[in-house]
Amino acid sequence: MVWLQSSQWEGARAVPLSGHVGFDSMPDQLVNKSVNHGFCFNILCVGETGLGKSTLMDTLFNTKFEGEPTQHNQPGVQLKSNTYELQESNVRLKLTVVNTVGFGDQINKEDSYKSIVEFIDTQFEAYLQEELKIKRTLHSYHDTRIHACLYFIAPTGHSLKSLDLVTMKKLDSKVNIIPIVAKSDAISKSELAKFKIKITSELVSNGVQIYQFPTDDETVAEINSTMNGHLPFAVVGSTEEVKIGNKMVRARQYPWGTVQVENENHCDFVKLREMLIRVNMEDLREQTHTRHYELYRRCKLEEMGFKDTDPDSKPFSLQETYEAKRNEFMGELQKKEEEMRQMFVQRVKEKEAELKEAEKELHEKFDRLKKLHQDEKKKLEDKKKSLDDELNSFKQKKTAAELLQAQTQQAGSSSTLKKDKERKK
Amino acid sequence: MKRGSHTVSLQKEKHTSFYGNMADVGKTPVARNEKTNSEFGYVGIDAILEQMRRKAMKQGFEFNIMVVGQSGLGKSTLMNTLFKSKVSRRSLMTSEEERIPKTIEIKSISHDIEEKGVRMKLTVIDTPGFGDQINNENCWQPIMKFINVQYEQYLQEEINIERKKRIPDSRVHCCIYFIPPTGHCLRPIDIEFMRHLSKVVNIVPVIAKADTLTLEERDFFKQKIREDLRANEIDIYPQKEFDEDAEDRIINEKIREMIPFAVVGSDQEYQVNGKRLLGRKTRWGTVEVENTAHCEFAYLRDLLIRTHMQNIKDITSSIHYEMYRVRRLNENNTQPNGQQAIHANGVPEHEVLSHEM
Repeated sequence: MVWLQSSQWEGARAVPLSGHVGFDSMPDQLVNKSVNHGFCFNILCVGETGLGKSTLMDTLFNTKFEGEPTQHNQPGVQLKSNTYELQESNVRLKLTVVNTVGFGDQINKEDSYKSIVEFIDTQFEAYLQEELKIKRTLHSYHDTRIHACLYFIAPTGHSLKSLDLVTMKKLDSKVNIIPIVAKSDAISKSELAKFKIKITSELVSNGVQIYQFPTDDETVAEINSTMNGHLPFAVVGSTEEVKIGNKMVRARQYPWGTVQVENENHCDFVKLREMLIRVNMEDLREQTHTRHYELYRRCKLEEMGFKDTDPDSKPFSLQETYEAKRNEFMGELQKKEEEMRQMFVQRVKEKEAELKEAEKELHEKFDRLKKLHQDEKKKLEDKKKSLDDELNSFKQKKTAAELLQAQTQQAGSSSTLKKDKERKK
Repeated sequence: MKRGSHTVSLQKEKHTSFYGNMADVGKTPVARNEKTNSEFGYVGIDAILEQMRRKAMKQGFEFNIMVVGQSGLGKSTLMNTLFKSKVSRRSLMTSEEERIPKTIEIKSISHDIEEKGVRMKLTVIDTPGFGDQINNENCWQPIMKFINVQYEQYLQEEINIERKKRIPDSRVHCCIYFIPPTGHCLRPIDIEFMRHLSKVVNIVPVIAKADTLTLEERDFFKQKIREDLRANEIDIYPQKEFDEDAEDRIINEKIREMIPFAVVGSDQEYQVNGKRLLGRKTRWGTVEVENTAHCEFAYLRDLLIRTHMQNIKDITSSIHYEMYRVRRLNENNTQPNGQQAIHANGVPEHEVLSHEM
């Protein structure tokens, strides 16, 4: 059963009410619940460095977001994301602004779009993972999917750059693209009109699907369709205030005049703010969820091998396929585990053998040294012994000689001396 | 996340709230027609409330309510009174069909009603035959099965690869259980039913035909019922554990002190003090249905429709349905392939099919 947008629910009979029941409070109940919960909105700003992306965000949300202007020497395109909590009357908004850092600065820009696409896919993947979990908490999940992509076009006045075309073509099936002409105070009004026409025709001829403001709800159909004709919006951003007449307005002051940001004759800033925030924020979120996310989910699941029906066209259960895949995966995991374990055991054995070798060597060395030491010791002892013997014999000789000397002295003749001398020889 | 040339660096959660810079907190949302030049600093974020309201009005709402109770307790009349129109099964039946069925049947009828631009698809699920047999063992089973079948339908649709934009919601949001006005305490069939079903659906018990009880008898009966519910650990709506904050708790405590509501239904109008009111006329007076001094119908209506309808739907989808889903997905994980499994709803699982990768 598909609900038709127009009048009736299928399978339900229309019944008139004879009094006030009270379910007209349902939209209020729904709104109250959402207010208590808070809202999430994520904007991606894609554009070359120096096109005024951060300034425009500051101007749009009337606050000073953090960050300094980036350098031009980035090696690749990075995405920097900041989350802020804003509040206006009773509405709490978790706003995430993602900026491309270094876009368009490289010499070779072939891969510039890749990191952007990857980032967007990562957010979809995170949501998909949460949705597929068994125990999930979807209603308290912080949705990081990109709801709107503001594409900043440099105000050359001629046409779109090829980098712009390529990037937008890659992004149009993943995110709602709203192209804007940045720093549009650099172009005169007539040039701007021509520029806009050129851009729109280039987008159409290249098949780029930009976001169309919805025209199916009568309350906003008119304003939305008018605005659709003003795309791309030519914006000027500024956080500086200048006194015009007796009011302070946000403007950019030049020697030849002042460009007022909120003056509709000067630029389309008011239109952008109106469309992006005040009229279509909810629709942007819905399109992201029902179109872009569903497309991603479908592709991802098909890639993973799931189908809705098998060749015999009997309906599949996602769970059965999931179960089979899971078993296959577990089998592979076990095999890998086995392999690793075996390798580990092998390594341990090798290491053990090595260590044993080393131990053996050490023992041998020790033995050798010990033996050496013992030999030395023995040698020394022998030497000592021989020395001792010599010493003893010397002593003996000495005492004998002394005795003889004494005896000779007692005799007192030179002949005895001679005899001594002869005897000594 | 590493800092590298093609990776994302996330600076999470700067909990800097820019309260002061934005328009004042106490400011009321400005209508879109007013010129914005006069409000310097008004961004327009609160316009999202209006956008949401517009979208909700366009899409409409769905509400599925089930009535359970023995025949003769005034279920159909109460439904007609609640929704001020002929939404009950009896209005569609011919007199030949008015008999007590031999087994419990489950009849579901959908209505398209509209009030002040708000459209609603109201589905009333009737259970004729409940509690009417001689042997009422396991009378709750077919009802449990029906509820689980609705959850299953939703789950199947949700896990499809090609999904519909809006998944049709046939899950039972609320089950009104009619307690006969005996004045004593809950009967075993009441306890059994509520014990089993309070785990899968929001149950709102009501004392039917309360005009047969005096106010003191009513209070005594209610107290006994509450004691019985507590003793059997039956969690009826609004469940204590799902109170979100202190404010909720206060409101819900007041409701919990009044449950079960003593209701009287009627679709006939009588003249009372110069006004035409819904009521039941007897020889000793007229019971006014919407008079809170007479019966608690107005409280029930306010709870179900005017204040807590969205909350009832939320609890069904984020708690009861999720619990079913967890059970169901875990069931699949513990079954070895190729084996037939019987689920809690009594429906055998179809065989595991081989497939191409």
